[in-house]
Amino acid sequence: MHMPLEDTLGLNLLAANDHQADHNREHFDAWRLLCLNVMSSPGAGKTSLLEQTLTVLSADLAMAVLEGDMTTQLDAERLEAVGVPVVPITTGRACHLDAAMVSGGLKLLRQRLDPASLDLLWVENVGNLVCPAEFAVGEHRKVALLSVTEGDDKPLKYPVMFREADCVLITKTDLLPYLPVDIDKIETHIRQVNPRCTVLRVSASSGEGLEAWHRWVRLQVQQQLVRTAPGGAPALVTA
Amino acid sequence: MHEVDMTKCLLLSMQEWSQQHAPQRPSVQRVHLQVGTFTCVEPDQLVFTWRAAVKGSWLDGSELAIESIPLVGRCVCCSSTYLPSAEAGYRSPCCDQPMEEIVSGRELKIRSVDYSLSEPSPADTRRLESRRTDSSLTPQPVEI
Repeated sequence: MHMPLEDTLGLNLLAANDHQADHNREHFDAWRLLCLNVMSSPGAGKTSLLEQTLTVLSADLAMAVLEGDMTTQLDAERLEAVGVPVVPITTGRACHLDAAMVSGGLKLLRQRLDPASLDLLWVENVGNLVCPAEFAVGEHRKVALLSVTEGDDKPLKYPVMFREADCVLITKTDLLPYLPVDIDKIETHIRQVNPRCTVLRVSASSGEGLEAWHRWVRLQVQQQLVRTAPGGAPALVTA
Repeated sequence: MHEVDMTKCLLLSMQEWSQQHAPQRPSVQRVHLQVGTFTCVEPDQLVFTWRAAVKGSWLDGSELAIESIPLVGRCVCCSSTYLPSAEAGYRSPCCDQPMEEIVSGRELKIRSVDYSLSEPSPADTRRLESRRTDSSLTPQPVEI
C-alpha cells in the first residue's frame, strides 16, 4: 500500500557536522582548553600572525595547532619551527575543515601529548572567506582576519564570515602608507555586518596592535578556565 | 564547492530518518529545505550535487525543493524590520543602524520529507534486521 506521507523534521541541514562539532567541544571542555578557529582568505596572514603569537604566548600558555591546508604542509613546518606541537590536516579537494577532520587531527595530537595539559588549541582553517564560516569544528570562538591589501569592500562581499566572527583582525597595517585604502572604512564595514565583534588592527611584521590581540586571547583562555571549573557555569559556546 | 559536503551531511540525516521507519521502506519523492539568503549556500548547486549524489541510491529519483528565506533584520533603534542589502551596507533604512539583529536569512534547515511507505519484502526485512544490528550504519560522532 502506498500512501503519500509527510514528516516534519526541522533539522539543521548540517546536523551531522554539528553533532561531531559538539562532540569535539565536549572533549575540549573536559580537557579545560580553549579552541580558537582562525579563518581568512588565502594570504591574509594567518600563519604569520600565529608564528608571532605562539612565540610570545608560549612563555605562559601551553598550546598546540591543528593546521588545515589543501595540499601542502608548508604552514605546519613554519609553525613547528616555533616549538609548538603542530598536526597538519591536509584537506585535499575540500576548501574548509569540518568537524570530522578536526576530530581526526585530535586523534593524532593525542599520540603526541595529553590534551588536558594544554590551555589553548589553535585551528588554522583553510584559506577561504566562504565555506569555513558554515562548518563548525567545535571551536569556542571564531577569529577572522582581513588584510588591508584586500580592500574595504570584503566585509560586505563576504558578510557571513564577518558576521560569524567573535574577533576580526585587520592585518598588515604596516602596509597602509603604501595603499590607497581607508582602514576606518574597513572597520566600519565590519561593524555594519557585525556590531558586536571585537575589531583589532594588527601587524605581525611591525608588532602594531599585537599586545591588544594577546590580551584578547588570554581573556578567552581565562574565561574558558572559569567556565569549565568544577561546579562552574555551563561551557562556553559561540553565540 | 562546499555544497558537496553539505549534501553528504544531508544524506546522513536522511539515512537516520529512514531508519525510524524500519522495517518499512520509505520511498522519498521530495525533500523540502529552507535556505536563507544570508548563508554560503547556492541553491542551484545544492540541487545539482543532490541529483548526482542520490543516483543509484535508495533516494534515487527524489528531488530537493528549496524555499529561499530572505534576510530580514530588526533595527536596534526603532525595532522595525527591514531587508538588509550589501548596497546599503546592511544598515537599517529607518535609523541608519548597523545590522544588529537578524530575524531570518540564516536558515539551513531540512523542513520536511514527502514520501510513501511500502510493506517490506521478506528480503528487505532480513536486510533491515542485519542493518539494525550493524551499528556502523547509524551516524555516530567519531571517537577522538
